[in-house]
Amino acid sequence: MTFIAKPKVRHPSLPTNALGLTRRDYEGALSTLCAGCGHDSITAAIVEASWALSLEPQNVVKLSGIGCSSKTTAYFLSGGHGFNSVHGRMPSIAMGANAANRNLTFVGVSGDGDTLSIGLGQFCHAIRRNLNMLYIVENNGVYGLTKGQFSASADIGTKAKKGEVNCQPPIDPVLLAITLGATFVARSFSGDKQQLVPLIQAGLKHTGFGLIDVLSPCVTFNDHEGSTKSYAYTREHYEPAVHADFVPLEREIVADYAPGETLPVVLHDGSRIVLRKLGAAYDPTSRTTAAAQIQERMKHGEYLTGLLYVDTEPQKSAFHVVNNTPDAALNSLPFEVLSPGSKALERVLARYR
Amino acid sequence: MPERNLMPASSPARVNDFTVKIATVNGTGSASANTLLMKSIFRSGIPVMGKNYFPSNIQGLPTWYEIRVTRDGYVARSGHVDIMVAMNAETYARDVREVAPGGYLVYDSTWPRPALLKREDITVLGVPLARLCNENFNGVRTRILMKNICYAGVLAALLDLDVARVRELLAETYAKKPQLVESNMKAIQLGYDYAREHFSCPLPLHAAPMDRTSGHIMIDGNTAAALGCVYAGATVAAWYPITPSTSLMDAFKMFADRMRVDRESGRRNFAFIQAEDELAAVGMVIGAMWNGARAFTATSGPGISLMNEFLGLAYYAEVPAVIFDIQRVGPSTGMPTRTQQADLLLCAYASHGDTRHVCLYPANPEECFYMAVQAFDLAERLQTAVLVLSDLDIGMNDWMCRDLKWDDSYQPDRGKVLGKEEILKLEKLYRYFDKDGDGIGYRSMPGVHPKAAYFTRGSGHSQYGAYTEDSAEYQLVLDRLMKKWDTAKKLVPRAVIDATAGSKVGIVSLGSGDGAIHEAMHVLKEQGVGVDYMRVRAFPFSEDVEKFLAAHELLFVVEQNRDAQLRSLLTLETSVEKSKLRSLLHYSGLPISSAFIVEGVLAELAPPQQELKQGAANG
Repeated sequence: MTFIAKPKVRHPSLPTNALGLTRRDYEGALSTLCAGCGHDSITAAIVEASWALSLEPQNVVKLSGIGCSSKTTAYFLSGGHGFNSVHGRMPSIAMGANAANRNLTFVGVSGDGDTLSIGLGQFCHAIRRNLNMLYIVENNGVYGLTKGQFSASADIGTKAKKGEVNCQPPIDPVLLAITLGATFVARSFSGDKQQLVPLIQAGLKHTGFGLIDVLSPCVTFNDHEGSTKSYAYTREHYEPAVHADFVPLEREIVADYAPGETLPVVLHDGSRIVLRKLGAAYDPTSRTTAAAQIQERMKHGEYLTGLLYVDTEPQKSAFHVVNNTPDAALNSLPFEVLSPGSKALERVLARYR
Repeated sequence: MPERNLMPASSPARVNDFTVKIATVNGTGSASANTLLMKSIFRSGIPVMGKNYFPSNIQGLPTWYEIRVTRDGYVARSGHVDIMVAMNAETYARDVREVAPGGYLVYDSTWPRPALLKREDITVLGVPLARLCNENFNGVRTRILMKNICYAGVLAALLDLDVARVRELLAETYAKKPQLVESNMKAIQLGYDYAREHFSCPLPLHAAPMDRTSGHIMIDGNTAAALGCVYAGATVAAWYPITPSTSLMDAFKMFADRMRVDRESGRRNFAFIQAEDELAAVGMVIGAMWNGARAFTATSGPGISLMNEFLGLAYYAEVPAVIFDIQRVGPSTGMPTRTQQADLLLCAYASHGDTRHVCLYPANPEECFYMAVQAFDLAERLQTAVLVLSDLDIGMNDWMCRDLKWDDSYQPDRGKVLGKEEILKLEKLYRYFDKDGDGIGYRSMPGVHPKAAYFTRGSGHSQYGAYTEDSAEYQLVLDRLMKKWDTAKKLVPRAVIDATAGSKVGIVSLGSGDGAIHEAMHVLKEQGVGVDYMRVRAFPFSEDVEKFLAAHELLFVVEQNRDAQLRSLLTLETSVEKSKLRSLLHYSGLPISSAFIVEGVLAELAPPQQELKQGAANG
C-alpha cells in the first residue's frame, strides 16, 4: 500500500472557521487502517476539534511512535509537520521538538502497546516534565499490526481471538497519569464523538501534559466474543450522547447527563464495560478522590469517562516555566545572542591558566 | 602490565623532565592537592601533563595521579615513575615496585613500614605526614584532608616549586572562604619545612621556571567540548548521566548559566533536560534538531548501545543530531573510569540495516572545542547524526593545549532549510529529492507554512517523502544516501599528515594517542628510525587517507582497543592491502605511552624487516 493523497475538492457550501478554512483543510492522507477501525473516528474527531479551534495547520506538530494508532498522524492535518518516530519513543521526540519551539501545538497519537509496554518509561517521564502536549492513547487492548497479541491494557480474563485468556493485570494509563502528576487526564470512547471532540479541544488548549485515553476497539483482532474491548457490541449498546460544547480549559467539561448515568457495554461472556459520565459528586480537580472513584468503579468493571482530572494551575509545573526559557522559541534566537564571542572566551580561558 | 622503561629514569640533575605519581585513597581530598601541584608547575612556565587514574567509586578505593613534568612539551604518559608518593597502605607494595631504578619514594613514616625499605635501588624519603597533621589540626576529616595537602608541601620542597605561587592558587580556589587558604597553607608549610629540614632539597629531579606555557591553558576535553557547544549556539542539551561524559554536561550548564542567561529578563536561552535514559536523551536531541534548534547529548559506550535505534532513524529520516561519546573501557559496563577507543565500529555503523554515521575523532581538548562547532555544522549541512568520539583520557584529564580562539565572523551552517519566502515560491516540498546533485534534500521547519509541511518517518519512503513499499522508490532513496556520504567525505576534517620523514613506514592512528605517537617518533628518530604519521580525524575517510595508505609499504595502526577497530574500518572503507597493516593495540584502560609504540615499531622492524628499517632510516 503506497501513500494516497486525498483529492482536494472544495465545495463552496462547506462551512469555514475563523481562518476561512474548511474541515477538508484539516484532513490528511487516506487512512489505510481496516474498514470501520475506531482509530479513524478519533482521526475525524481531531480534524473536527482542530477546525473548530481554528488552529493554524502549520503550527500543529503531529507525533507518533509505531503501531496502527501511530500511523494515523498521517491522516489528519496535512498542513502540519508530522514525525512518525520509533516504537515507544515519541515522547522524547516531542520533548525535544517542544524545547526547540514552545509556541507550537503538539499532538501525540499512540496506542496501548506503544504507550504502556515499550514506551511506558518515556510516557511516564513526559508526564513528570509536564510537557505541553496533547497525548492521545488509542486503546484497544491488543497488538493489531502483529496480529492479535495482548497488550498491557488487556483486562484479566479477556480472551484473545485465538482463545488465549489474559491472566496479567492491566496497566491503566488514566490512573497512572493521575498518580504521576499529569495535569489533564481524560478517558473517552472512539464512538462518542460528542464527548471526544470537546475533550480534544480542551486537551489542545491545555497548558501542560494532557492525556486522553480513548477506548478504540480493534475490529479485526479484538472484536470477538469473550473480549472485554469488543467494538461491535459496544456500538449496539452505545447511546448517543448529548453534545457537550467545548469550554475553555479552566472549567470542567459539562456533559448533559443526569448525574451517575452510565453507558453499559455488556459482552457475551457476561463481563461489562460501563462508560459512566461524570456525576455531580465527582470532583475532577482532586487527584486523590478522582483516582479513588475511578478505581472504585473499575472494581465493578466500569470505566468512568470524561475529563477525570484537571489541574487548575498546570502552568506552574510546565517544562518551560521550570526551565525558565524565554517566551520566544529557542530556535528563533539569533546566533549573536547565543554565541558569546571572542572577548568572552578570553575571560573564560583566564580560569584555565 | 608494566611497560619497559626506555629512558634512564634518573640521571643526575634532570630538570623539568620527570614523572611524579601519587597514590592515595579516593574521597580524601587528594584531587585538590594534585591540581595545586600541577597548576603551580604550569604557572612556572613548565609544560606539564596530569593523568588521573581513579576508581568507579565515591570513597575508599585506590586512586593514582600522575604528573609528568616535561620541558619538551610531551603530552603523553612517560610510562615510568621517578617519584612515587605512596599514601595508600593498601597499594604500597605495587606502588613501590613501580618506581624506576634511581627514583624516589615518599611515604608516610608515622607508622613503620619495614617492607618498604627492601628496594636498594631507590631513595626512600619518610615524612610523618599523619603525625604532623594530627599535631596541628583537629577533627578526623580535616586531618585526612590536610595530610594530602601536606604532601604537596613536601613535593614543593623536593621539586623546588614556588610556595608563593601555591598560595596564589589557593587564594584563587578559596576566594570565598579565606580561612581555608590559611589552613591549607599551614599544611603546605608543615610538609615543606619538614622536607627542607630532613632532606637535601631540591632533588636532582626538580623543576626550574621556563617560559613555555604562555599562550596555553590547562583544560580537560569535556570542558572544552561544552564550551564549543555554547559557542556553536546549541540551545537544547539532553542527557542521561554516565561516566565519563557527565562533566561535559555539567560544564555546559555552568557556562550557559553564566553566558546564556538574558540579563534583563533572567530567562535562560537554553533548555537543559536530564532524560530518563540515553534513548530518551538522543530522542530529545533528534526532536529538537528536527525542529530547528542546535541540540546535543553526551554519553559513553553503554549509552551509544542504547541509542542505536534512534541513530538509525536519524540516518534514514535524515535528521541532524550531535552526540558526544566519551569512550570508556568496554565491553558491557567494563571499567567506567578507564580509557579506551573501543566504540569506533559501534559508532561508525550504529543501528540495524545499512547505516553509516559521520564520526569525528578529536585528539585533545583543543580539538574537542573546534570539533564541537564543526559537528553542528556537519550535522545540519548533511542532515544526519554526527558522533564526536572523545575518550576518558581526553575528556577528564587536564591537558596543556594552545589557547582556544574564536572567530567572531563565524556564522553557523544551518544547511538546506527553506525560509518562508522560498517556500512560497515552491509548488510543493519534496523532502528527499536530490535537487542539487549532492545527495542532500531540502527541509523545512514546523510553524512556517502549511505548503512546506512534510511527514518524517523511519518507515520506507519515496524521494517525495511519502510512505512506500515500492522497491524502486525505496532503493532510490537508499542510493541517494550513499551519494550524500560521498559529499560528507569532502566536508569532514582532513587527516593530519606528517610525512617529513619521507619514510616507507607510516603510523596511522586517531584520537588521544597523538601525544604518545609524536613522542615515540622523536625517540625512534634518535634511534635512526624515521616514520611518517597520519592521524585520521573523521569518518568517512577523506581522500588524503587513501593516498597516505597507498604511499607507504608498512603501516602501524596504533589504537586503544583489542580488536583493531580502526584497522577494520580502514580495510572496509579504503582499498589498502590488509597485509600492509600492523596493529599496535593498547587496551589496558590506561592511556597509551610512547614506550609502548616505540617497542612495537622496533619489534616489527627487527631483522626480517631490516630492509624496511634501512629504508625508513634513510628516509
